Amino acid sequence: MTAATLTPAPAQLDDPRIGLAGHLRHVGALTRRNLMRIKADPESMLDAVLLPIIFTVLFVYVFGGAVSGSQQDYIQYMIPGLLGTTGLNLAMAVGTGLNSDFQTGVMDRFRTLPIGRAAVLLSKIAAETCRCLVSFTILIGFSMILGLEIKTGFLQLLGAVGLSLLFGMSIVWISMLVGMSLRSAQAVQGVSMLVVMPLQFGSSIFAPTDTMPGWLQAFTEYNPLSALADACRSLINGGPLAHSVTVVLVWSVAITAVTAPLAVARFRKRT
Amino acid sequence: MTPIATAPNDRGPRNNAVEVRGIVKTFGATRALDGVDLTVREGTVLGLLGPNGAGKTTLVRILSTLVKPDAGTAFVGGYDVLRQPKQLRRTIGLTGQYASVDELLSGYENLYLIGRLLDLSAKESKARAGELLERFSLTDAAKRPAKTYSGGMRRRLDLAASMIGRPKVLYLDEPTTGLDPRTRNEVWDEVQRMVAEGSTVLLTTQYMEEAEQLAHELTVIDRGRVTAAGGIEELKTQVGGQTLQVRPLRPAELPEMARCLHEAGVAATFSADTGLLSVQLTGEDQLTAVVGVLGTRGFGIAGIDTKLPSLDEVFLAITGKPSAPAAPILDKEPVA
Repeated sequence: MTAATLTPAPAQLDDPRIGLAGHLRHVGALTRRNLMRIKADPESMLDAVLLPIIFTVLFVYVFGGAVSGSQQDYIQYMIPGLLGTTGLNLAMAVGTGLNSDFQTGVMDRFRTLPIGRAAVLLSKIAAETCRCLVSFTILIGFSMILGLEIKTGFLQLLGAVGLSLLFGMSIVWISMLVGMSLRSAQAVQGVSMLVVMPLQFGSSIFAPTDTMPGWLQAFTEYNPLSALADACRSLINGGPLAHSVTVVLVWSVAITAVTAPLAVARFRKRT
Repeated sequence: MTPIATAPNDRGPRNNAVEVRGIVKTFGATRALDGVDLTVREGTVLGLLGPNGAGKTTLVRILSTLVKPDAGTAFVGGYDVLRQPKQLRRTIGLTGQYASVDELLSGYENLYLIGRLLDLSAKESKARAGELLERFSLTDAAKRPAKTYSGGMRRRLDLAASMIGRPKVLYLDEPTTGLDPRTRNEVWDEVQRMVAEGSTVLLTTQYMEEAEQLAHELTVIDRGRVTAAGGIEELKTQVGGQTLQVRPLRPAELPEMARCLHEAGVAATFSADTGLLSVQLTGEDQLTAVVGVLGTRGFGIAGIDTKLPSLDEVFLAITGKPSAPAAPILDKEPVA
């Protein structure tokens, strides 16, 4: 290594702009890191692999007959809703992971590198997208073995996957914000559970809402997970799309627009 | 952004590798830094010395753009920490107290990742990672996850990671805290090598021995304030004069020697453990006087030596506290 002089080179005089290519390179390198971490620690994929299987088996065989009269009908009813909520279930782990990242020195190292403020968080989104896609594939594949029928077509199925992914990623931003705001990873997990459980079950995912009391019906009606479940059902079984899809899109964009900038600001400020 | 004056002579506060003026940082009611000034000249090692909680790490975090100061100015490599954080980040390398490597990734992947984040091409990143692994004797372990590394290997990987971008200024924040003496020596050797090659280093430590080994100049801080600054010898003379040590031919005579000197008006102490008689020299002619007294009384002298106070003594005198033990015996990963 040669002694570097301290006179700044002319190219460095102006505030260097990173540029789109630079941002992509940084996010790419960090995504690669996230994926290699999964490879080095395959247990971190357990939730993505097992949750769809456990949920499917549990709900189809425990509640299926009671809710829909037959397990076959319940598969057609519940699986599209479960597809929508998969992203939410997986997102919890992102906040927990980010929280523990901050407890090692790795985040300090990243924050002293000349990379964009959002790069680390965007790379989490990218890696989470991969994890979600694995989970979606397992869910759809497994439930097709159990008898799920795609009554519409492949494109509509892709639409359902895309919508679920979009909504799931907006939740990942919330999860990251919570992960950076609370002190310990355990606290993050606890808080996430408290939010996720009522959202998930207070919706039309697992059972039609018409037997619920009025106040709960009101809640389920405004719960974006209900809209997402409805949209996925229509995309897989056929049915009206416009309203439910719009609601999901609005929710996803709104959540991302509010929480993504907050998460990025939080990332830089965290000491 | 206005261009920085480039003529070396009129860059004012930006002339040195690190220039810190009047930095204040409070956390709630705690004043972590209370008006700290500090200068690191290019190509030198400044030892930033202080007990736990003195504010050393806070200062390093400010100089790394991780924490914003409440008041004061700081320039690193001519860049303002507040106004030019992006350029500043290209100038520095940080090695923390807690090795900041990704434990799940291999040594090679850790270094490659940082190369890519520093905008080296894939090819350059690969080459640079290989080069640094070789240099830090980690080539054999390159493909293993960092969590399987020993404490010393992790610290070396951390040093290597901070050097990927050939930074002009390196911050070493307690680089040997928690390491066993052998591993500590390995890290010291590496630091000395980097300095020989022209790096500027800001080294924080609570070990005197480390500062004495590595630093050209010292700044001592305690409770957020600078309590002393200067060259090592300078600080030693500032704090106390020389000590005369006499090794008698017959150790049994030590008490008798001390008594005779006392009669002659010279305060002397002795230690049966070390077998040495010590006299704090207060005047130029005292050395001659002591030797004269001992000679006329017929005591045999095996050896005689004068020495400056140790840095530990200096530290004690400045901060009122002893420094941390020089040879830490922990070799486990500290918990954050």
